[in-house]
Amino acid sequence: MDVILFLVFALIAVVCGINVVVQRHPITSALSLIGVMGSLAVLYLLLGAEFIAMAQVIVYAGAIMVLFVFVIMLLNAGAEETRGKSLVAQLLGLPLLILFLAFASHFVQRFVPSSTIVHFGAFTSGTAHNIGIALFTQYLLPFEVTSVLILIAILGAIVLARKELD
Amino acid sequence: MMTGVPLSWYLILSAVLFALGVAGFLFRKNIITVFMSIELMLNAVNLSFIAFSYQLKQVNGHIFTFFVMVVAAAEAAVGLAIILSVFKNRATLNVDDVNSMKY
Repeated sequence: MDVILFLVFALIAVVCGINVVVQRHPITSALSLIGVMGSLAVLYLLLGAEFIAMAQVIVYAGAIMVLFVFVIMLLNAGAEETRGKSLVAQLLGLPLLILFLAFASHFVQRFVPSSTIVHFGAFTSGTAHNIGIALFTQYLLPFEVTSVLILIAILGAIVLARKELD
Repeated sequence: MMTGVPLSWYLILSAVLFALGVAGFLFRKNIITVFMSIELMLNAVNLSFIAFSYQLKQVNGHIFTFFVMVVAAAEAAVGLAIILSVFKNRATLNVDDVNSMKY
């Protein structure tokens, strides 16, 4: 069951990821990216990270992608033009990508002990309770700094997107 | 019968998604699609964090993923505001047309 779930959702994630890169129209890319995020949430659940899976659905697929779709529709972004592609990129891009993937897979297979088998339910510490304990004791200072970061981001977004006052 | 998936499969999936994000970042011309490729890379790294957190039986990787999500949200807000103001001034979304700092 674990293998089937992993293979199905990994396949959905990879196909949607390819779709993000290949599609010409940004709205199609955005919807494919939501597919990637949803299937990654299922994989997080398989790895025992239930809080992160829910946060993935709510924050990433819910909030961030809505922002993207909103901006795409606000700017009325059409299909992108194909002029000016360099010949080197067209010829070397795909082989180099496959080479990189082969190297990455090789090193992962070599250095990660393959004795670790992922079973659903073998690791149950990813609950909101445990995350909250770690977040408010060991990682309290980064958590507080994060709130300052978000405040700065809000201010920056407002300053950048406001109308110019004469 | 309880068969599972080796942890390295998750890491390879993470590498595949990261490579797709890099390809989108390098090859696309639309600035919004470039931005979405960055989000794809962040998601791939999150999957690695969760996988290693499973292997070490610790919750620390989840915390890091949480912080990456927060930073991604902040980055999306500021980045899309920048895209909006670039579009207001230049009326283009093509990254090749926004090159006045290049020369």
